[in-house]
Amino acid sequence: MFEIRIHSRGGQGGVTASRLVALAAIHDGKHATACVFYSPQRRGAPVISFVRIDDSPVRIYSHIQNPDLVAILDKGLMETVDVFQKLKKGGKIFINSSEGKIFPGFSSIHADLTQIAHREHLVVAGYLILNTPLLGAFARMCVVSLDSARKAIREMFPDPRNIRAAEAAYGEISP
Amino acid sequence: MKTIATGNKAVAEAVQQARPAVIAAYPITPQTAIIEQIAEAVSSGTLNSRFISVESEHSAMAACIGASLTGVRTFTATSSQGLLYMHEMTNWAAGSRLPIVMANVNRAVAPGWNIWADHTDSLQERDTGWLQVYAGSVQEAYDSVLMAFPIAEHEDVLLPVMVNLDGFALSHIFQPLETVEIGDFIAPLYLPHAIDTRDPAGYGVLTGPESYFKFRWDIERSMRDSVNVIQSVQEDFSRRFGRSYGFTEDYLCSDAEVVVMAIGTLGKEAEIAVDLLRAEGIKAGSMRLRWLRPFPELNLAGREVVVIDRSYSFGFGGVLATSVRSRINREVYSVIAGLGGQEVSYEDIAGFVRRRCIGREDWFGMNGHV
Amino acid sequence: MKIPAEEFLLKCTAACAGCSDSLTLRYVLKAAGPDTVLVVPACCTSVIQGAYPYTAFNLPVVNIAFAAAAACASGMSEAFRALGRKTHVIAYAGDGGTLDIGIQSLSGAFERGTDFLYICYDNEAYGNTGMQRSGGTPFGARTTTTPMGKRHQKKDIDAIVAAHAPPFMATACPAYPQDLFRKVRKALTFRGPSFIHVLAPCPPGWRFPPEKSVEMGKLAVKTGMWVLYERRHGKLFLSAPSKTAVKNPAPLEEYLSPQGRFEGMDGADIEALKRHIAENLLKLASEEAKE
Repeated sequence: MFEIRIHSRGGQGGVTASRLVALAAIHDGKHATACVFYSPQRRGAPVISFVRIDDSPVRIYSHIQNPDLVAILDKGLMETVDVFQKLKKGGKIFINSSEGKIFPGFSSIHADLTQIAHREHLVVAGYLILNTPLLGAFARMCVVSLDSARKAIREMFPDPRNIRAAEAAYGEISP
Repeated sequence: MKTIATGNKAVAEAVQQARPAVIAAYPITPQTAIIEQIAEAVSSGTLNSRFISVESEHSAMAACIGASLTGVRTFTATSSQGLLYMHEMTNWAAGSRLPIVMANVNRAVAPGWNIWADHTDSLQERDTGWLQVYAGSVQEAYDSVLMAFPIAEHEDVLLPVMVNLDGFALSHIFQPLETVEIGDFIAPLYLPHAIDTRDPAGYGVLTGPESYFKFRWDIERSMRDSVNVIQSVQEDFSRRFGRSYGFTEDYLCSDAEVVVMAIGTLGKEAEIAVDLLRAEGIKAGSMRLRWLRPFPELNLAGREVVVIDRSYSFGFGGVLATSVRSRINREVYSVIAGLGGQEVSYEDIAGFVRRRCIGREDWFGMNGHV
Repeated sequence: MKIPAEEFLLKCTAACAGCSDSLTLRYVLKAAGPDTVLVVPACCTSVIQGAYPYTAFNLPVVNIAFAAAAACASGMSEAFRALGRKTHVIAYAGDGGTLDIGIQSLSGAFERGTDFLYICYDNEAYGNTGMQRSGGTPFGARTTTTPMGKRHQKKDIDAIVAAHAPPFMATACPAYPQDLFRKVRKALTFRGPSFIHVLAPCPPGWRFPPEKSVEMGKLAVKTGMWVLYERRHGKLFLSAPSKTAVKNPAPLEEYLSPQGRFEGMDGADIEALKRHIAENLLKLASEEAKE
C-alpha cells in the first residue's frame, strides 16, 4: 500500500487533490481511497487529506499513520503544522515552492505550482487552484501515470487550463 | 457504471434512482452534501422531485409524514442533533406506518459540539419502530439506500427505514462505486392507507387504553415480518446486481475462536485486525452488524465475543454489547471506543482482541485501559 | 462615544479571513463590557470560539442547541434577575438560528418581555455548514441548495420582531462600527427584549475577496439593500448613513456585481429585487416622514 498525506489550506483544492490522485490511481488499475481530516467549513484553515493506493481493495478508515509521501501545498504550513510527522524513513516529500529544500533522510522534490496556476489563470474566489498541477507533479514522481492523470483531470475538471497546468508541473520537475 | 464517490454522493445517487416525489431536508454537517446534490439534481431537472428546504429537522420529518400520507415516496437525511430534534416525529413516522427512507450520517451528540463519527444518534432511535441498517463502505451505502425502498414499502412492512453511515469516515471518504441500471427493482409504491377524499378516514386520532396497545403490537408484528422481506430483497438485489448482503457481514468467522463485533467503518477495519491476528496464530473473525432493527439472530456459539461500541447507554452499558449479551445469554468483552470520532485503528482493534477479558468493560483511552 | 480599547475577542479565533461575524462580535463585546454572558446556538460563532481546551472569547459563553438560543437566554435572564444581578444576557445567533429554526424560541422570549438582548448577525445563509440557503437568503442569490438562485424574498424578520413591540430594536453593519457600538450600548439600557439585526457580509459565502467585507457592507447600505435604523418603542429613526440612501439609493448593480452569489442573475430577477427594495425604502421613508 502507498499512503500519501497532503497538507494545504482550505480553498486551495487539497481535498479535491486527494480525489484526483485516487481517481488517477484507479485508472491505473489500482484500488484507491481518499479522505480528509475535517473541521467545520473554513477558508484558509489548515486541511489534511489522505490517499491510499493498493493492489487490493482498501478497507482502512483510520488516519494514515506512516505516509510514504507528504505533499505540502502551502509552505507557510511548515511553521505551524508538523507536516513531516511520522513520514516513513526514506519517504518522499513534495513541496509547492520555487526552490528546493534538503530534508536529510528523505527525498525532496519541488515545483512552483503557485506560479503555474497563476500563468494558467486557475483561480476560484480569489484562491489559486493547486490540485491539478499537483497531479502532474505526482505523475512525474510515478505515483500515478501521466495518462491516468490526464484522464482523471478531464473527468473532474474538463477546462483545458487544468491539463496544461498538470503538464507544466510534470515538465518542471527534473527526473 | 464504475465511478468513484463519497458516501454522501453514493446516497444522493441512489435516492435519485428511487425517484421520491417529495424530499424535505435541513442541512447539518456532515450530511450537507447529500441534500446539496439532491437540490442540484432537482434544480437542473435531472430529478423530478419536489425539494422542500424546511426550517428545522422536526419540520423535515413532519413534512415527509404529510407527503407520505398522500401515498408518494419520500426521503430525508440528517445527523446527530438533527435526528435528536426530529425524535418526536421519527416516532410519529413509524407509528403512522409510513415507508419513509432516511439517511442518517452518524455523528456525536452535543455538548460539546462534535461533528465526527459516533453511533449515539441512531442508537437513541432504536425503540421507535424504524428499521435500521448500517453501511460499511461507499458501495454498501448506495446499495442499502436502493434496497431500503422496497423493504420499507413492502405490504408486510410499511415501516420507515434508516440507512446509517459514519460521519466523515464514510460520508466523506472517496471510494470506488458501481452504480446500477435500476430497472424495476423498486416497484411503484402502493400505500394501503393513503389519504383518499372519496373514502375519508382520520389519521393518528385519539386512541384510548382499550385500543392503543393493538397498534403498538402491529408495529412489532411487521418488524418481525420484515426479517423475511429483508432477506428476499437482499436476495433479489444479489440476483440482479451481483452483490450479496446479509444481516451481518462475516469475515473468517466459520473457524474463529474469537469474534470481534462492531457497526459501521470500525466493523470493516476490524477485518484487517483479523488478518493481523491470524498471522499471529490467533483464530479471529469479524462480524459486522448491518441490521440493528430488526436485531438479527447471531451465529456466535462456541466463540468468545469482543464487542466494540461506538455509543453508550449511561447507567447500563454499551448498546451493542448489552444487546449481544442478552441475545447469546453469556458474557462478552465490551470495549467502548470511537466516541466522538476518537481514532481507532486496526492495530487498536487487534489489541482489544489480544487483551480481551470476558465479562469486563473497558473504555478505550480512559485510565490506561486497553 | 469613545470605543474602549479592551479586547474581549482574543487572537487566534478560528474565523475565515474577512469574517464580518468576528468584526461584529468585537464591537458588541466592547459595548457590553465584562459583566456579560453570551448565549450562542449552532452557528459560525460556535466554531470561531475555537476548540476545547481553549476559547477565543474572554467572557462566559454558553453554547446551546440550534433552536434554543432565545429560550436558553430567557432562563438565564430570569435566573440572574432572581439573584439580583444586572449581568447582560446576549443571545448571539446567525440568521439560520434566528429566522428559521430559532424563530419559535425568539418569538416566545419576546412575547414574554424577557430582559435580554438578541443579536442576529446575518450572513444570509447557513454559513457554518457550507452556505445552504436560509430564510435570510435574498431573492436571486445562489447557495448550495438554491443553485439557480433563491426564488423567494428574504424573510422580513425585523417586521416579525417589531410585531412583538420590543422597547428597542435596530439594524446595523460592522462596516459602520461606531453606529453598531452605539446601538448595542443603547439596547442594553432598556429593560425587556431588544433586537439588533446585523448584516454580516461573508467572503466565502457571498464569493468576494476577503479584504472587501467592509466595502460590501457600505455598498449594501448605499444601494438600500440594507437600511440602518433603530426603533425606540416602535418609533422609527433612520441612521445617518441610510438617510440619503433611502431617498436616493445607488444603483443595485454596484452591490450585486462584485458578489459571485448573484452571478448570472437575469434582468427580470434583478428588476424584481429592485422593486422589492424600492417598496421597502418607500415604506421606511414615508414612515419616517410621518414622525
